[in-house]
Amino acid sequence: MAMAETTLAPAILRRFQRRKAFSLAVPAAILAYLAYVFVAFDMAGIAQRARMDNAAILLSDFWSYKTHVTRNNRTGDLTVAIEGESKGTYPEGRLPDWVSRDGDITRIDLGAGHLVTYDGVGARYEVPGYGMIDIAPEGDRLRLTAPEPLPDWINASDTRISVTTDQGRFAYTRSKVETFRYQPGWELFFFTLDSPFSGKSPAELAALALWGDRLDPARSNLAYMAADVWTNAMWRHGDVVWAIFETVLMAFLGTMGAALVALPLAFLAAANFTPLRGVRFALRRLFDFVRGVDGLIWTIVLSRAFGPGPMTGALAILTTDTGSFGKMFSETLENIDARQVEGVQSTGANALQRARFGVIPQITPVLLSQVLYYLESNTRSATVIGAIVGGGIGLLLTQAIITQKDWEEVCYYMVLIVLMVTLMDTLSGWLRRRLIRGDGAGH
Amino acid sequence: MVDIAFGPEPGHRPDPADNRATYLQMVRRKRMYGGILLVLFMALMASGFQLADARNAGGFWNGIGNVLAFPTEVVTEAWANRANIPALFWKFLPSLVETLNIAAVATLIGALAGAVLALLSTRGLARWPRLIGLFRRMMDAMRAIPEIVIALVLIFILGGGPVPAMIAIAFHTAGALGKLFSEVAENADRKPVEGLASVGASWGQRMWLGVIPQVAPNWIGYGLLRFEINIRASAILGFVGSGGIGHDLKLAMQWGQGRYDQVVAIFLLLFLTIVAVDQLSSHYRNRLVKGH
Repeated sequence: MAMAETTLAPAILRRFQRRKAFSLAVPAAILAYLAYVFVAFDMAGIAQRARMDNAAILLSDFWSYKTHVTRNNRTGDLTVAIEGESKGTYPEGRLPDWVSRDGDITRIDLGAGHLVTYDGVGARYEVPGYGMIDIAPEGDRLRLTAPEPLPDWINASDTRISVTTDQGRFAYTRSKVETFRYQPGWELFFFTLDSPFSGKSPAELAALALWGDRLDPARSNLAYMAADVWTNAMWRHGDVVWAIFETVLMAFLGTMGAALVALPLAFLAAANFTPLRGVRFALRRLFDFVRGVDGLIWTIVLSRAFGPGPMTGALAILTTDTGSFGKMFSETLENIDARQVEGVQSTGANALQRARFGVIPQITPVLLSQVLYYLESNTRSATVIGAIVGGGIGLLLTQAIITQKDWEEVCYYMVLIVLMVTLMDTLSGWLRRRLIRGDGAGH
Repeated sequence: MVDIAFGPEPGHRPDPADNRATYLQMVRRKRMYGGILLVLFMALMASGFQLADARNAGGFWNGIGNVLAFPTEVVTEAWANRANIPALFWKFLPSLVETLNIAAVATLIGALAGAVLALLSTRGLARWPRLIGLFRRMMDAMRAIPEIVIALVLIFILGGGPVPAMIAIAFHTAGALGKLFSEVAENADRKPVEGLASVGASWGQRMWLGVIPQVAPNWIGYGLLRFEINIRASAILGFVGSGGIGHDLKLAMQWGQGRYDQVVAIFLLLFLTIVAVDQLSSHYRNRLVKGH
């Protein structure tokens, strides 16, 4: 014993020291790596280049909308439009209640005492606690009269004067004068202004739908409403629903198609079903190749052949996942319990019957579970692939982001994507539990 | 209750005394359900295929003949210029390193965040047991938002480059790994934790000394698997957004003819990297699981 102690103690101590050094070295290596990346990615520069004003626009757009009240200074025409878009323009004579028009004098009430007036001379903005900002064109220049000194929220030059307050924004140039009012919510989400149902309260709408007179003799009010919501030009609900459906379709066709292609190939690649080494080896390498050539590359190659659309996306998912499924299925097949197959064989069953009664019942739960798991994750991939092949919600999302102003739509699509993925997750989890537990319990 | 346990209405209920008939009837019913499900599934597949085909710009049957046309064109041109390819490998190596860095940092940060989230949302280990549900929903939401959404929004704010992709992938990774980590931690032995608690260790000490050593091999295994996935994600995000080798691929593709040697060089780099990382990671994962 004494001998052992004297020889063991230094060895153990050395091991302890090695471990201590190791447990210190790992965090140190991670830190060093992060420091290298910090420099390589130019994080310090990012902090400077970051456009926080863009972030502010994005966040305020997520939950609010703005209404543009624009007067063309040359013709005197007034337009009131949500987000300044023609499809959100208020028709003549149905201006919002905070804009009033009397001859060529327009009064805009921005709330909290902020009043903007456009008239024949120019425009005035009354800011409570500050005073009157009066702008009038004078020859080629703009003349600004406002209490001195000018605060930094007034930006004035000879050709353009802009004022930004908590209540809204105001800009005057020689060609036009514009006032933006921000209000919370997603305006025109259900009905656009050209719909007879726009601006009605939920109670009025319910009354119209249930017992009101038909606005259009050809169809019921409910059908009319549904059609108006479906074809809403601002939010394009119909297109969005189709896009979501296309994305799910891509994921479904791709995943299930891959499973159908991979299953027979997996039998050929499993050692206990295919005695031919050459075939097995070739198939294994094929699976590795298909998996290794990334989904991105398959997507590009296939979109050249099939053009943009959901079919291309489905085929890209199918190709990529055939490799993954082939590998997983063949591994599952190699791990099955041989006794069940032998039992079926002892009754004189041929190869097909052995596969049907000896193998399939064993592998079904595992395979289904894998396929359903992939279905859920492919719904997410289909969003990205859709952005590349031009189909589904991914396309709508990238288009909305590229315009850099429809952030409320981006937010809407994000919410829908999260809902779609969560739903697929729940569905696949539910199915997985039912199919697997159900089989395991023997009914 | 008895009715439910024994099956359908009394008239159709099999007589339990006759074992054989009961069994056969059960098998028939099971097969019928299976058959119906199969027919339904096939109908769904067929109609889905028709629909997707109709909404595609080029049809399936027109396209299937052209599948090889583009690869052939690319490979022919690249083969003619094959002398350029080694030089192009060098040229694109920095972008490849950037793509790998995006994936590695995102995996690292995501795994660290995922580990904290996992411990906070595991029953029996959580710091605030009442908030378990909150942290779980948080992870669900993080997993559900596709990387591309976060990446594109961040590009608007931060400008191009690798950072938006890195943050986007890290965010998603934290949610995905958090869930897996939490499942591992749930099965960890509680005795070391209780022992540490009995000598007055804080929550951080209990986790660091009692739980992490137990779960580390499995967590690292999942982390490596995620790294493989993240390399692919990082390449795709480069293609759609910016940064890394995906962006170079997009530029070369947009140029089209005349730059197919670049396309092939990038394809090859990406392919070899993915295969190499897959092999390495599966080797280490096997070692971690088997413990030697």
